Amino acid sequence: MNADRKTMKLFPHPFLAFILSLLLTGCFRNPSNEVSGNVDGKLSGKITLTGSSTIAPLITEISRRFEEQHPAVRIDVQTGGSGKGIADTRMGIAEIGMASRSLKADEADLITHQIAADGVGLIVHSSNPIKDLTAEQVISIYTNQIQNWKEVGGKEGDITIVHKAEGRATLEVFLNHFEIDNTTVKPDVIVGENEHAIKTVAGTENAIGYVSIGTAEADIAAGVPIRLLPLGGVEASTATVSSGAFPMSRPLNLITTDSPSSLASEFIRYCQSPEVHDLIRSQYFIPVSSEPNVAQ
Amino acid sequence: MSRNDLILKIISRVSALLSAAVVLLILRFLIHEATPALREIGLYRFLTDPSWHPLSGNFNLKPMIVATLVTSLGAVLIAGPLGIASGLFVHFYAPPALATWHRRIVEILAGIPSVVFGLWGLVVLAPIIANLGGSGQNLLTATVVLGLMVLPTVAVLSDNAVAAVPREAIQGAAALGMSRWATVWNIVLPESRSGIVAGIILALTRAFGETMAVLMLAGNVVEMPTSLLSPGRTLNANIALELGYASTSHRSVLFVSGLILMLVVSVMVTVISRRRRTTQ
Repeated sequence: MNADRKTMKLFPHPFLAFILSLLLTGCFRNPSNEVSGNVDGKLSGKITLTGSSTIAPLITEISRRFEEQHPAVRIDVQTGGSGKGIADTRMGIAEIGMASRSLKADEADLITHQIAADGVGLIVHSSNPIKDLTAEQVISIYTNQIQNWKEVGGKEGDITIVHKAEGRATLEVFLNHFEIDNTTVKPDVIVGENEHAIKTVAGTENAIGYVSIGTAEADIAAGVPIRLLPLGGVEASTATVSSGAFPMSRPLNLITTDSPSSLASEFIRYCQSPEVHDLIRSQYFIPVSSEPNVAQ
Repeated sequence: MSRNDLILKIISRVSALLSAAVVLLILRFLIHEATPALREIGLYRFLTDPSWHPLSGNFNLKPMIVATLVTSLGAVLIAGPLGIASGLFVHFYAPPALATWHRRIVEILAGIPSVVFGLWGLVVLAPIIANLGGSGQNLLTATVVLGLMVLPTVAVLSDNAVAAVPREAIQGAAALGMSRWATVWNIVLPESRSGIVAGIILALTRAFGETMAVLMLAGNVVEMPTSLLSPGRTLNANIALELGYASTSHRSVLFVSGLILMLVVSVMVTVISRRRRTTQ
């Protein structure tokens, strides 16, 4: 009965109208993927990339240079891990995903475009006198059969094992290389990011961990007290990863569905071109000299 | 009813409805995302499996539930006495100038981002605690930092609760020649208890919800903790660590840990507020 009169009275109220207008504009805004394409031979539009936090800083640098050359193009780079990059690409939330690993068998519906490579190296505190570890010693340390540095020729001290959380690309590279089953690993600390692992090892004299060699080299140059261990007699450095001599490495990939837009293809081609090799090197990764494998 | 009253009534009802709806929607979303895992694995196995290795089909969440409870309750055990003491200090023991500065500093403490707390704990506190053994990333480090993070919540609410104690009661006590401590213990604390308990509940829920700092400090190994110096992983750190990298079935399992965290928080809050009601 008088409920109608109440609402009649209510809506003309300026404050409420304002709130309503806010709510409604929220509803009708188009979230992403504005038209992208090739207008008059000029590239324009917007692409979104999500995925590996290892690759994201590199892609941000590359996209800045790409946007300078094509002012009508906007590139949005977001992180969240290789898994998110792959899932977002598949669901169409992102046009290009970033994955710091090869695709698995159940991800064969997507296409990889490798842009660079990264090595994974073992790190210890810089005060640790250990020179070299054999593969057997690394496996024994991570499965807790060796618990003291003395047993592998180091100083007296319990080994603190720094490991990564399940799903991380560096973890997979590490486990695959040493053929360790993750359920047999007995870690003392589990970390997420490379920087977290480096800070942990830098703060713990008897720790051992494994991180991206590029990140470790940059931190060592900045004075962080860690040291990269050689692997199988090969020094762990971006140079040995580049030459292919270093055995524990991973690809840095861009991921698309089998029909990327022309703008996305153009951007991937640019990422694989020699024009960005200086950017790849400045992020301590290693450019790959393979032929671009984008369609068209 | 006047027009303004009516508007206020409608606005407050809509906002109340919205905030309740958000909780229900989030719960619905969690249940929806967790259903595939619950159907496939069953709730029972989340408590009885030998370990947490989701990629190898082992899903024991029990150590994480324990770690979550230990760090959060421990944080409140640290923050509670300190926060209440801070509230009493500014009203009864501090000279006015010092009280103002103390309040300001507590408010700044509340504004420090959790990642900064985490970084400080990682670089400064963990190496100190490492002298007790291990890497220094363990439940103790996480609990101490978490305690500092929730301290302002208890301190500010205690401050307000103490301020609300009637002046006459305190003046009466002074007229009776009671010492300052006797006034605080016999009059102020009982009078302000309800407000202080509210602060502690708020601090507890904030401790349960904190992710970043705990992730950086607790060591994150999923094993039943044997002491405060064992590393541990909380339920939210588990989600934050693994979600970005998880594929379909692993993802669903992580939502189960979110669901269980909500369950644990609801049980805690219900128990505390029921006890509070019966004691009042």
